[in-house]
Amino acid sequence: MAHSGISLFFEGNNLPRLFQGMLVAGKIAVVSLVIGMALGILLGIIRTSDSKLVRFIFRVYMEIFRVIPLLVLLFVFYYILPEKMNADLDNQTVSVLVFVLWISAEMSDVVRSALISVSVHQIDTGKAIGLNRLQLYQYVLIPQGIPFAVPATLNLVTRVIKTTSLLLMIGVPEMIKVGQQIIENYTIKIPTASLWVYGFIFILYFVLCYLLTRLSKKLEKKWAYENGAEE
Amino acid sequence: MDFQAIIDSLPSYWSAMGVTLKLALIGILLSFIIGIFCSFVIYFKIPILKTIVSVYIELSRNTPLLIQLFFLFYGLPRLGISFSKEACGIIGLAFLGGGYMGEAFRGGLDAVPKAQVESGKVIGLNQLQLARYVIFPQGLTLSVPAIGANCLFLLKETSVFSAIAIMDLTNVTRDLIGMYYLTSEYLLTLVVAYAIILVPMGLLISWIERKVRYGSFGN
Repeated sequence: MAHSGISLFFEGNNLPRLFQGMLVAGKIAVVSLVIGMALGILLGIIRTSDSKLVRFIFRVYMEIFRVIPLLVLLFVFYYILPEKMNADLDNQTVSVLVFVLWISAEMSDVVRSALISVSVHQIDTGKAIGLNRLQLYQYVLIPQGIPFAVPATLNLVTRVIKTTSLLLMIGVPEMIKVGQQIIENYTIKIPTASLWVYGFIFILYFVLCYLLTRLSKKLEKKWAYENGAEE
Repeated sequence: MDFQAIIDSLPSYWSAMGVTLKLALIGILLSFIIGIFCSFVIYFKIPILKTIVSVYIELSRNTPLLIQLFFLFYGLPRLGISFSKEACGIIGLAFLGGGYMGEAFRGGLDAVPKAQVESGKVIGLNQLQLARYVIFPQGLTLSVPAIGANCLFLLKETSVFSAIAIMDLTNVTRDLIGMYYLTSEYLLTLVVAYAIILVPMGLLISWIERKVRYGSFGN
């Protein structure tokens, strides 16, 4: 065997290029997570409003971005925005925009469920000692809602990481796209290139998401135990 | 908006919807079977198999479908193992879904109240009877919401099939856009097509959820 497939990672700058692709995807993920989560927290709080109309409007917003597959959303924004709005957006900006809309929709549901999970006694007690609405959120709802929200949020983060794989479909030079280019260069020299490159990307995604999943499970158990001990 | 173009494209969408639904249905059915099998193995703590199943569940849940499909469709043929693209789609979806379903069933089994298990033991049920009459019927009922969510998730994931050139809804749309440049028309039809599949399915799932909630014991 002249060439073992694994050697292709050490030829030229293949490995650094793959990691550069990962960085591109990572940047999009981080930026959209930061903006999307901030927006989602706000929307989640709004969705606990007393007004039925307000709740309905934001519920519809959430359902739309949850029901439509993300790949379809990416295509819709990628094709339609530049055409209709005359906006000259590159594919990475479109990706961030779509991710922010999607993440904020998902996050709003995480936050809403966490807030309504806080026990009624706590809220009533807060009101009884004269907290106003803002103070109620600051001292009762948000601190007590966090243990409910964090595992679900970490879960959302892993989903966002996995979803960055779809960015390939609108031409973002992320890891898989770079992988494809490397494979094309080696089709004759190393026929098993696709096996190695895709296998490598598979493992990279796995390691990243698995660590986050583990963390989320650990926190969930820890908080479940602490809550159990309180009662 | 060119409505005539939309009407002309309806036959393509109709057949693409058939492809999406067919592959999704087979994939979901297989994930179901794999999931039940996994939850059995974990529940009965079958040695060796249990380790394999746990590794499988983590692998399938922590990697994107797209890279699973690429590995199946472009990687494995290099080892002499090749499938048609439809088969790859189904295998990929079943691989992904099996892990999610397994986790859903396991969660349901874990949620069966301890009192139920203890009572079963007290009236003299053996391990197998306990599983057959107490834990599985109740555990499966408790896992219905998670299973419903997974079905919707898997249906949506079929859009990724377009990456390996399966002529599903998403890919047909890209094809039509490539040919006629009527982006808004075809993308609108695509969104409507998914809504036609996903909205009734979502309603059906919440209806089933309500039904089984009535059936559960003591609530």
